[in-house]
Parts: sequence; C-alpha cells; structure tokens
Amino acid sequence: MNLTLILFFVLAVVAVASAAGLLISRNAVYAALFLVLNFASVAVFYLLLGAPFIALAQVTVYAGAIMVLFLFVIMLLGGEKLPRTYILPWQRPTAIGLAAVLFVEAGFLLFQRLQLSANLANPIAAVNTTEYLQIFSEQLFNQYLLPFEVTSIVLLVAMIGTIVLTKKVKGEEA
Amino acid sequence: MPGSVPLSYYLAISALLFIMGSLGVLIRRNPLIIFMSIELMLNSANLAFVAFGREMNVLSGQIMVLFVMTVAAAEVAVGLALIVIIFRNKHSIDVDLMNGLKG
Repeated sequence: MNLTLILFFVLAVVAVASAAGLLISRNAVYAALFLVLNFASVAVFYLLLGAPFIALAQVTVYAGAIMVLFLFVIMLLGGEKLPRTYILPWQRPTAIGLAAVLFVEAGFLLFQRLQLSANLANPIAAVNTTEYLQIFSEQLFNQYLLPFEVTSIVLLVAMIGTIVLTKKVKGEEA
Repeated sequence: MPGSVPLSYYLAISALLFIMGSLGVLIRRNPLIIFMSIELMLNSANLAFVAFGREMNVLSGQIMVLFVMTVAAAEVAVGLALIVIIFRNKHSIDVDLMNGLKG
C-alpha cells in the first residue's frame, strides 16, 4: 500500500465523516464548519488528482467566500437552531430508502459502463505546475472563451438579483 | 506518486458524497442546511469531473469545475437573499412554514 493510497483513504474518511456531521448536527453553525472541513478534504483530493488550480479555487471560493456568506446569514437570521415543529413519521425512513436506491443506481451506472479509452492526444499527466497553468489558461481563453464570458453575465445577473431582492421597497414596513 | 489511486475510488467517494447531500435535502428542515447539502452535491459532481478529466487526460473537466463553481456562487447569493426576505416576511425560516401557496 503506497503513501498516496493511504492519504486517499484518510481523506475519504474525513470527507464522509464531515458530510455525516453536516447531516446530523442540530446546530447550523456546526453544520457549516463541517462543510468547510469537507471542502478542504475535497481540495486535497483535487491536489492528488493533479489539479492545483481547482484545489486553490475550491479553498478560496468555496471554503472561503461561500461559507463565509453562509455563516454570515446564519448568524444574521439567528437560524442556528430551529424549534421542532410537527414531524412526519414516514419522512426519514422514506428519505433513507430513496437515497439507498439512488446510491445503487449511481453505482450501477458508474461501474457498469466504465469502459474508458484513454485519450493521449493532449498529455497533461507529467507536466510541472507552470506548464499546467499555461495549458489550462490557453484552453480556458481559447476553446472555452464564450462560456467564460457567459459566466460573467451569470455573476452580474446574480448580483443585480440579490440587490433587487433584498432592497426595501419605499414605505414598506420592515 | 500522484495518479496511482484508481478512478473507481474517486467515483465511489463522489457518489457517496452526492447521496449524503441528497439525503440532507430530503430530511433536514432548516433551509440553510438544505442549501449546504446542495453545495455538497455540486462539490461531489466536481470531484467526478476532475477524476474523469484525469482519467481521459484532458483539462476540460477542470474547466467545467470552474464554471460549476461560478454558478454555485451565483446560486448561493440569490438563494441566501431569498432566505433573508422570507425571514423578513415570516420571522422564521422553517421550510414547514412556507406553505403560503397552499389553498
């Protein structure tokens, strides 16, 4: 068993345990912190997969920006703990059953059809980080230039939408 | 050396995280935690993208992940704004109380 495999299994345990913590923690702040841990372990997965740019984007965008926004809203609304309302008795067993079905389906599809033909036309396997970044940015700004520009519009629309949604209408009691 | 972990391991972990995210959407009542579970699902899809990209030896998977992250950031911003105005109107964010459209 080599070192990478050991690291992978440790990270897998951390990722799954933190996801389980997100599911079962009653306090939303703890859930958010568990999610940060999960994002960090996935970032190390990206490093193992040879994607350092994505790993750093994961840490800054997800674990940094998005989770700070989450924590901010949780604390703003005081939504850490919701009082228990009525409970549907069949909700949890049904959900677990459906999730098990989905897991079996996903496993079946993934492993039944997993016949990959390695495409060696564009070798990125054994390059150093500088070359990796060069190839990455060349592809991003040539082949994927239009989607890249579209994401700027998506972000602009989200920004305007957020401002419009949370703006107080004049004369409205808030 | 990097790259010695088989693709199927990454797919298994990705599927497991996705299932846990969907389970969170189904059983939790707090909309903030439901949102976090959606982020977990997006994240597991990203992991599958990167793993497949490494296996096929292309960078397109990683570039897709960049786009998914952008859309996720936009989604979180709008979704949290919606939660804030729902809280402003109902003084609670419990999803069970969001039944204003019920006849």
